[in-house]
Amino acid sequence: MAVRPNENFLITQLDWLANFVRANSLWPMPFATACCGIELMATASSRYDLARFGSEAIRFSPRQCDLMIVAGRVVMKMVPVMQRIWLQMPEPKWCISMGACASSGGVFDTYAVVQGIDRFIPVDVYVPGCPPRPEQLIRAVLDIQEKVKRQGTLLGREFEERKAPERPRPLALELAPSEKIVAPGSVRTATQEWDVN
Amino acid sequence: MDHRSTLSVLRSQLGEQAFVTSEFRDNFRIEVPAERVLDALLALKDQAGFDMLAELTAVDYLHYPNARDRYGVVYCLLNTTTGERVFVKTFVNDPDPCLPSVFPLWKGADWLEREVYDMFGIVFEGHPDLRRILLPEGFRSYPLRKDYPLRGRLERHNFPVIPRAES
Amino acid sequence: MPLQEVESFVGEETADKDFLYTLNFGPQHPATHTTLRLILTLDGETVIRAVPDIGYLHSGFEKLGEDLDFNQYVTIVDRMNYISPIANEIAWHHVVEKLLGIEITPRCRYIRTIMAEIARISDHLLNVGTAALDLGAFTAFLYAFYQREKCYDIYETAAGQRFHPSYTRVGGLMADVTDDWIRKVRDFVVGFPKAHSDISKLLNKNRIFMDRTQGIGVLSREDAINLSVTGPLARASGVVRDLRKDEPYLAYSELDFQVVCAKEGDCYARYMVRMGEMLESLKIIQQAIENLPSGPVNVDIEGKAVIPDKSATYRSIEGLIQHFELIMTNRQWKVPVEEVYGANETANGELGFYIVADGTGRAYRARTRPPSFIHFAIFPYLIEGHLISDVPAILGSLNIIAAELDR
Repeated sequence: MAVRPNENFLITQLDWLANFVRANSLWPMPFATACCGIELMATASSRYDLARFGSEAIRFSPRQCDLMIVAGRVVMKMVPVMQRIWLQMPEPKWCISMGACASSGGVFDTYAVVQGIDRFIPVDVYVPGCPPRPEQLIRAVLDIQEKVKRQGTLLGREFEERKAPERPRPLALELAPSEKIVAPGSVRTATQEWDVN
Repeated sequence: MDHRSTLSVLRSQLGEQAFVTSEFRDNFRIEVPAERVLDALLALKDQAGFDMLAELTAVDYLHYPNARDRYGVVYCLLNTTTGERVFVKTFVNDPDPCLPSVFPLWKGADWLEREVYDMFGIVFEGHPDLRRILLPEGFRSYPLRKDYPLRGRLERHNFPVIPRAES
Repeated sequence: MPLQEVESFVGEETADKDFLYTLNFGPQHPATHTTLRLILTLDGETVIRAVPDIGYLHSGFEKLGEDLDFNQYVTIVDRMNYISPIANEIAWHHVVEKLLGIEITPRCRYIRTIMAEIARISDHLLNVGTAALDLGAFTAFLYAFYQREKCYDIYETAAGQRFHPSYTRVGGLMADVTDDWIRKVRDFVVGFPKAHSDISKLLNKNRIFMDRTQGIGVLSREDAINLSVTGPLARASGVVRDLRKDEPYLAYSELDFQVVCAKEGDCYARYMVRMGEMLESLKIIQQAIENLPSGPVNVDIEGKAVIPDKSATYRSIEGLIQHFELIMTNRQWKVPVEEVYGANETANGELGFYIVADGTGRAYRARTRPPSFIHFAIFPYLIEGHLISDVPAILGSLNIIAAELDR
C-alpha cells in the first residue's frame, strides 16, 4: 500500500526546490543612477566577479529580472520611473537598496532628493556605505539568497493572474493639476502623461 | 593678462561712463547695466575676439552684505586665441527679472540660460526654447533663490506609495 | 535645440508627417550608463531630431554648497563627477585657495598633480571601456576596469576610501602620503603601458569599431568654440586649448608633457585623443613621483588656514585654539567679501567653480561650471542625420556623467 503524501507535504517540497532554484539564479536589474552604479559595474567585472554567486545575468529589461538593485540617489523626477520599472517586473521579485543615498538620502538632504526609496517601493535588503564596497554588495546578494531560500514568496502571488496596473497609483492627495509633479515630461514626449483617474 | 585692447573696444562702443571695471586675483570684471549688456557682449564678441562663452550663471543677492540689486548675472567670456578671460556682470531686479538672450551670439548659451531660468526665474527674452531643464515641469519654485529652503517645501515626498501587497 | 512642431520642422519634399515617429530613449537605458533621456524623432532609422531631457539626477549640489563650509563641501563635490572624484576636490579647493589667497606647499602641489592625473586616467579608462562596450567590444571594458581597480587602490592607500576619497582640505591634504602609496604609484606607472597597449590593440585597428566611430558625430572647430566645448572633445576638433598649459596651476608648469589634439572631430578622434592623453598623464605621474619634494604637506600653521593634526590639537594650546576657531561656524577663515572664478582641466574639460563669498566660512553661492552639462547640449547637433545605432557611439564619446550633468 503506497503512502499517499498529503497535499501539504508535497507543496512544501516543491517550494523548497523552487526557492533553491530562484535563490541561485537571481537576475539583477541594475537601476543605476549615480556613483553606486559604477561600483555595481566594478562588482560585476574582473576583480570581484559577481558571477561566482549566480547573479551575473544582468538584464536591463525589467521583464526578465527578479532582483532590482537601486544604486544611487533617487530624485523627484526619477521616482515615477522607478515605480514603473518596479511594477513592470514579474513576480517573484526582490529589491536591494544600495548605498546610503538610496536607503536614506545620505548626504543629500535637499529639496530634490527622496529620503529613502523605501518610502515609495518595498525594499528587502539595505546596503550601507557611500558607495558600498563590492564585497558589501556581494554580501547583500547572499543575504537575498538566504531570504529567498528561507521564506520564498510567502503569498505565492506569482501564480495568480496579474491585477495591479503597471503604473503607479494616483497621488494620495487630491491636488490641482498645476501642483502635480509629472515625471517623464509632458512636452511632446514619447510617453503619455499618467492617467490620473 | 593685459586687458587694454578689450577696454578700448568697450570705450569706443559703449562710451566711457557705461561700465565699471574691477579686478580680483586674475578675474577681470566689467559691470554693465542690464539694458546695455547685449551691446557690450556684441562688441566683445565681434571686435575683441571673445569667441567662447565659457560660463553663464546668476547669483541671488538677497542677504548679501551691502547689495543693492537682487540678482546678478555673470557672463564669463574667453578668447580662445589669446586665452584672455573677462567677466561681464549685470544686475536685474524683481518683480520680473528679464535679460536679452545671448543665444544668437553663442549657441552654447542655450542650456546655460535655461538653467538660470530654472534655478532663479530670470527670463531671457529671445531664447528659442525657455523651459525648465533640471526640475520637473510641474515644479513651481526657483530653488536657488535665497528665500527657498534647502529642504524644499515637501515636494520631494509627494508621490504615491507602492506597498508590497500591491506590487 | 529649439523645440518646434514637427510640421514646421520637416521640409515638404523630405517626408510626410505620418512617416515620422517618436522614440523614447531612457531615462533607464543600458547605453546611457546614467540617467538621461532622449526623445528621438525618427524617419525610418534616421534620427531627424533629438530633444534631450535631463534632470533625472538633479540633487541640489549648489544649494548644499551654500549650506556647508569650504571643507565640508568637498564630500559633495566628490560625488559630482563620480568616475574621477578626486579631480573635483582638487578643482574645488584650487578655487577656494584662490579666493583665500593661500599658496600651497610644493609637496602638496605635486601630490595633487599626481592624484589629478590618476583621476584623468581612470576617467578616460572608464569612458573608453564603456564606449567600446556599447559598440560590442566587451574585453576592453574588462581590461579597463582592472586598471581602474589599481587606481582605486592608490586612492585607498592615501585616503582610506576607495571611491570618494575626500582627500583635499583648504591649504593642504587630509594626511601626508606614505611610502606604500609611492610604491603603488610606481607600480602603476610600470604596469599601465601594457594594459594601454592591450586596449589599443583591441580597438585602434578594429574594423567594427572604426566603422562605427569614424565620420560619426563630426564637430567642427568653429562649432566647438561656439558651443563652449572644452577638454578632449574640443581638442579632438582641433581647438588647441588645455588649461594645464594655458593657465598653469599646481605643478604643471614644471613638468614636461604635450597636449594631444586631433583634427577630425569625430568619435574616433575623441577616442584617440583620450588614449593619447592617458600616456601623457602617465608621463606627468612618472616625473612627479620621481621629483616628489619633501617637506610639509600643509601650509604653515601660522596662516590659520589648515586644521592642525591630532597631536597638535590634543597636546598644544595653540593647536587646540586653531582647531576650535576653524570648526566654529562664526570664526573660521578670513574670507574677503568677493567673487572669484577658477577652473581646472579635468578629464572631461574645464571644471570651474564660481564662488561668491560673503565673509563667512561657507560660500554664499557655489556655482559649478559642469563640462558634462555643456557637452550634452551639443548632442542634438551631432546626432542629426545619423542612424539610430550611432546614438550609443556618440553618447559614449561625449562621456556624459549624470551627476555632473544634473548636479
